Amino acid sequence: MRVAILQFPGSNCDTDALHAVRDVLGVEAQLVWHKESCLCGYGAVVLPGGFSYGDYLRCGAIARFSPVMAALKDFAEAGGPVIGICNGFQILCEAGLLPGALVRNTCLEFRCQTSELIVEDSNEHFNPVKLGERVRIPIAHGEGNYRIDEAGLAKLEANKQVLFRYADNPNGSLNDIAGIRSERGNVIGMMPHPERAVEPFMPSTDGLPILRAFLELAAVAP
Amino acid sequence: MSTVSEPLPPNPDPLLNVPITPELVEKHGLTAKEYELIQEIIGREPNLTELGIFSVMWSEHCSYKNSRPLLKTFPTQKADAKSPNQVLIKAGEENAGVIDIGEGWAICFKIESHNHPSAVEPFEGAATGVGGIIRDIFTMGARPVLLTNSLRFGDLSSAQSKRLFRGVVHGISHYGNCIGIPNVGGDVYFDECYEGNPLVNALCLGVLRHDQIKRGAATGVGNPVYYVGPATGRDGLGGASFASRELSEESAADRPAVQKGDPFMEKLLIEACLEMMAVDGLVVGIQDMGAAGLTCSTCETAGRGGSGIEIELDKVPQRETGMNSYEIMLSESQERMLVIVQKGREKELEAIFEKWDLHAVEIGTVTEGEDMVVNQHGKPVVRLPAAKLADEAPVYVREAKEPAYMAECRAWKASSLPAPDKAILESALGKLLSHPTIASKRWVYTQYDHMVMTGTVVEPGSDAAVVRLRLDEGKERYIAMANDCNNRFCWLDPYAGARIAMAECLRNLACSGARGLAMTNNLNFGNPNKPESFYMLKEAVRGLAEACRTFDLPVVGGNVSLYNENVNLKIDPTPVVSLAGIIDDPAHVTTQTVKGAGEHLILLGGCPHELGGSYYLKVMHGLKTGAVPAVDLDAEQRLCACILSQIAAGRVKAAHDLSEGGLLTAVAEMLFAPGKTYGAKLDLAGMADKAGRLDALLYGESQGRVLLAISQNKVEAVLDAATDAGIHAVVIGEVQDEPTLTCKAGDTLTWDVAALREGWETTIEKIMAH
Repeated sequence: MRVAILQFPGSNCDTDALHAVRDVLGVEAQLVWHKESCLCGYGAVVLPGGFSYGDYLRCGAIARFSPVMAALKDFAEAGGPVIGICNGFQILCEAGLLPGALVRNTCLEFRCQTSELIVEDSNEHFNPVKLGERVRIPIAHGEGNYRIDEAGLAKLEANKQVLFRYADNPNGSLNDIAGIRSERGNVIGMMPHPERAVEPFMPSTDGLPILRAFLELAAVAP
Repeated sequence: MSTVSEPLPPNPDPLLNVPITPELVEKHGLTAKEYELIQEIIGREPNLTELGIFSVMWSEHCSYKNSRPLLKTFPTQKADAKSPNQVLIKAGEENAGVIDIGEGWAICFKIESHNHPSAVEPFEGAATGVGGIIRDIFTMGARPVLLTNSLRFGDLSSAQSKRLFRGVVHGISHYGNCIGIPNVGGDVYFDECYEGNPLVNALCLGVLRHDQIKRGAATGVGNPVYYVGPATGRDGLGGASFASRELSEESAADRPAVQKGDPFMEKLLIEACLEMMAVDGLVVGIQDMGAAGLTCSTCETAGRGGSGIEIELDKVPQRETGMNSYEIMLSESQERMLVIVQKGREKELEAIFEKWDLHAVEIGTVTEGEDMVVNQHGKPVVRLPAAKLADEAPVYVREAKEPAYMAECRAWKASSLPAPDKAILESALGKLLSHPTIASKRWVYTQYDHMVMTGTVVEPGSDAAVVRLRLDEGKERYIAMANDCNNRFCWLDPYAGARIAMAECLRNLACSGARGLAMTNNLNFGNPNKPESFYMLKEAVRGLAEACRTFDLPVVGGNVSLYNENVNLKIDPTPVVSLAGIIDDPAHVTTQTVKGAGEHLILLGGCPHELGGSYYLKVMHGLKTGAVPAVDLDAEQRLCACILSQIAAGRVKAAHDLSEGGLLTAVAEMLFAPGKTYGAKLDLAGMADKAGRLDALLYGESQGRVLLAISQNKVEAVLDAATDAGIHAVVIGEVQDEPTLTCKAGDTLTWDVAALREGWETTIEKIMAH
């Protein structure tokens, strides 16, 4: 399988994601420029972190109009696995591929630290048995405060779409939400950076099972 | 062909056709003598645009006219041509120095100040400081991989200092986070002397292969000159000369001299430029448009290339209408580069910039001769000798005079203070740990993305930051970075203070497992025309140069920021030292916190009883006086070698250098481990007798000292190794699980380490929450 790592102008965790998937997990992967209009031949797509278009206007608001996004929508609708990390999560929300929105942290400042996440029992891929009850994953964002209307939140919770919650909420997210999946389960969004927790010298290696769980989705994709 | 001395036609903008009066010359920061020299060089009167060009090129920021004779005393290459890590590009040759790290790879690093802009507009000033230093690094062909910064503010009790501190940290965070280069460390001091004149020194380090090194030289007559990056506006007009004046009440009116940064644009520029430079033979020369913008980049590239250069201003992308030649040439709009391209390959360059949606416009050519010619609407508005403009600024050897207060301070005796009682000795530790200079900088570094690029091995907060560099074919290098400068020592004795800054920086590297590679420095001083200020600069440079030679650490570049003073206040001399080091084996990466109960704490370097210049005197007695602690550079070098040998032998659990706050402060900081607070039982009874004063023993800041945490079964071996190296070594205590610190020295002193940690960790956060 080949993994596409989308590169928007201003993406800055693209090569980190490439390193984690290709060099650490040993899965074929390559960077795909945002002006591409086809995602043919890829089994999974990563939207990496960064400041696409400088986060001008709103985080992810301009990137959603990039040519590659039409192909991404088709890819996701066909059941292909997609993960958006940090700015990638913001883009997926802006593009309507995931519900909700990410707004300014309540502390009004950027936060970079290693956060403890509680793993929810969401489905057969993302659950405490596979990933561990708690994982320690770095966060680095100024706008990671997850917001959604009451009905949407109730639906997320009822469908068990929440994957991770912060043990010590750093940004004011509703219900301590750090990561979610789409109803169907093939689109994942999370503010924490699993690609920053994949080697022994990093704050943890808890990102490895998360990335593996995501790549497993490709094996079961239609 | 026309010559420089021939008169030029009138400028298309009538406003620029004014006679050059002595008032105009003075307004441009030039002396009457300098103006005479300009006329001599060009053989006629300059026009206003040319006067502006000379004014920025001959500012201290660009020409180092007051500091050049001093800077020449720095070693710029390893003493032994056979030792590893030779300097490949020396200080002053290019935008930044380059040093070999083996197997065909190199690093490139430099520090630069943005003090004056940050005083007037802290957010943009600090942000563009970061942007500027990053451009210096990728201009060399290097991929920027880490940032650090040295910051100085007034006391945090002042509303102004808090505002500047917050603005500067937000600015650095904004730029560094967006551009995606980790901010892995630095230092922050708070002292009254910086009230209203903060120091913002930003460092960037990049990595490159030897064959990727690019030069800022315009060569090859007929080669096209390209302007890349966003359009030019009226922002930052004359920023370089602004930075070379004293700050005054009117400085706020200089806001247009502060540039506005766009990290997104610079991110695109980095990627496009690195992509362009990776194409074999495409780029002949490249230089960023930093200080003095288009002016500096055109005359410096031509000067280095021994060529002429001719540009047409009508082709320069402009953000505003009606800009005249003076404005376009002196604008410091950010994120722009000048690129000299191999003729015939223009399309290759244009395709890369089109991919990144950036301007790439041909504005001129490399010409025969050595003139820099600037045309507007097809007619020349500037014709100057490029090399002379860039290199022949007047050089001044200023008068130096030791300030009177220094002798008074040296004569101060600790015996003039009453002997401290138990209560004072106990309360001092908490007060020192919660002084903002010593307290944890968590409030700062959690706002910086310090993990992006996934190479950060030691996060901010330890003695030095450590970053793993991924080279090709799975090769790796581990680079350590440390910054230091204690202004109080430098104020009391700039020569000794500078030597201490170097020694402390080297100890920081050794404590992280790194040997030193090379040094960059940022000399932040007052007005060089004042003999007392110049004395400080001269003495500090003498101290740094001596330490560089002793440690065989070449200087690969740096920056000079003078005129950091105003009518009310003058900053303490602040020669910020940054050392890059290399860790030969990743297993040797060491941090400052203890790893478990039962570890023994060994003090290397003994306990001389010096109190001069200490934070203890500041915090407990409100004093800034005394003789600066002695520093023995040879002993420092032996100490660092000994630490490295013990780390290599696998005996060291933690290592921490003793600096501000002395012995007990260092012990406490070692106990503040991630996720657990330890305690320790210390027995200093034997040393207390010799030390004389207990406050000097516990809190004095004698140099050449390091604490090691060592497993019990390795203690003998470490003590023996230290003794063999001629270093005083003694076990002072043992780490325990229970978070209580006790110290037998006369009475038994006791502290609750959890409470100490609370104060240390939250002081700055609490202050900044209001």
